[in-house]
Amino acid sequence: MTASTRPSTRIPDIPAVITRSLPPRLREELENASSGLNGAGKKQAEERINAAYHAMQVEPGESVGLVAAESIGEPGTQMTLNTFHFAGVSEMNITVGLPRIIEILDGRKTISTPMMEIFLKKPHNNGKNIRELAMQIKMTTLQDLVLAFRTNLLENTIVIELDVKALERLDMSAADVQKPLGKSFRSAKISRSDNELTVTLNPTKGAPINEIFKIKEKLKGVHVKGIKGITQILPIKRDDEYMIITAGSNLKDVISLDFVDSERTISNDVHEVRDILGIEAAREMIVLELMKVIETQGLNVDVRHIMLVADTMCSGGTIKGITRYGIIAEKSSVLARASFETPIKHVFLAAMAGEIDQLTSVIENVMINQPVPLGTGLPQLSAKR
Amino acid sequence: MGDAIKHGLLPKHSKVSQKERDALLEQFQVRPQDLPKILKTDAAIAHLDCAEGDIIKIVRESKTAGESVFYRTVI
Repeated sequence: MTASTRPSTRIPDIPAVITRSLPPRLREELENASSGLNGAGKKQAEERINAAYHAMQVEPGESVGLVAAESIGEPGTQMTLNTFHFAGVSEMNITVGLPRIIEILDGRKTISTPMMEIFLKKPHNNGKNIRELAMQIKMTTLQDLVLAFRTNLLENTIVIELDVKALERLDMSAADVQKPLGKSFRSAKISRSDNELTVTLNPTKGAPINEIFKIKEKLKGVHVKGIKGITQILPIKRDDEYMIITAGSNLKDVISLDFVDSERTISNDVHEVRDILGIEAAREMIVLELMKVIETQGLNVDVRHIMLVADTMCSGGTIKGITRYGIIAEKSSVLARASFETPIKHVFLAAMAGEIDQLTSVIENVMINQPVPLGTGLPQLSAKR
Repeated sequence: MGDAIKHGLLPKHSKVSQKERDALLEQFQVRPQDLPKILKTDAAIAHLDCAEGDIIKIVRESKTAGESVFYRTVI
């Protein structure tokens, strides 16, 4: 770290920064409200509004992070520790409440209940063929289509008896099952007669006898239809259109389906959203997901606090959790890092690397009993050369 | 380079011109590396043909201010 992290050579032109125009919504409202006024009145109204708007903005040196932490932390103590049961249908559980908040803030790579909200393009959203569309999305493995497996150790074969009714429901034939099986097991020969598939394994010398059972278990998991990762589907009607909610998530494959509205379909896995749509979409998703939990718990947290947290998590271009491996590791001060978790480790590593602490931020100055750069402690003198 | 991805969650991204860039850095008294980052491989800027060090202007639909402008440096 260098001393230049705190620019002190030149003070920004204050007027240029603070006289930025009003936000568009406010400008529009002002325009409407002052339409009956004459020129001088309009100008006066604009000046008053401008002054009021800038007076209520956060001042430089305000400890917004601390305020956000308190504002999220306090209502957080009232949250319930539960998972929510989805209206009795198809046993869909969704993590909500405090566990979900923690999951998002930690920036976990694998979340406990990934789900998607799939919107459909017109005319598919009228609900007529919603079942069929949903079945196209749901992942089907061989296991779902089989009545029985018969293994023959002598001939080294596995006979798969397919469930005709299940095939009919999915509008599939035995040949449709044979294809993906052939792709997954290139070394084996697969033949078909009516609704029975016979898998003949290559007789390799000295292969253990339990090999055939291992293959049988592998066969069960072969993906034959639908989209990988989508384990459950639930078609619902929201407002005036039908849509599909899923358990399991695969944003990339789902939005490439031609009947899916790729502009509205979302996943609750923020890392997946980042990979497919970019960091800005992920930031938006973090805000939405956090607010959703807070609102369903009947709590009231201002969205500005959430936005600050989301901005911080996404400022590096990837999602970093509020953990000692995430945004805390980014801090330049050794003492600040040590004050979060595992202090000895941080001090030790810093000593070995010969790190220098510039004491430019808050916590390290609190620790050594120095004024902190907050509020009135923020301004510094700088001399004009 | 293909088209921009369209999605309700995705705000508009655009590359900042050299002139705007100088004005921006002057106004906020920052260096490009002080701004928040965006990866060069980010899906939202794949169509913009960006190089490292470019500044991306993002116009978000803000819940509180109607519209807010955000800048990120490509890394």
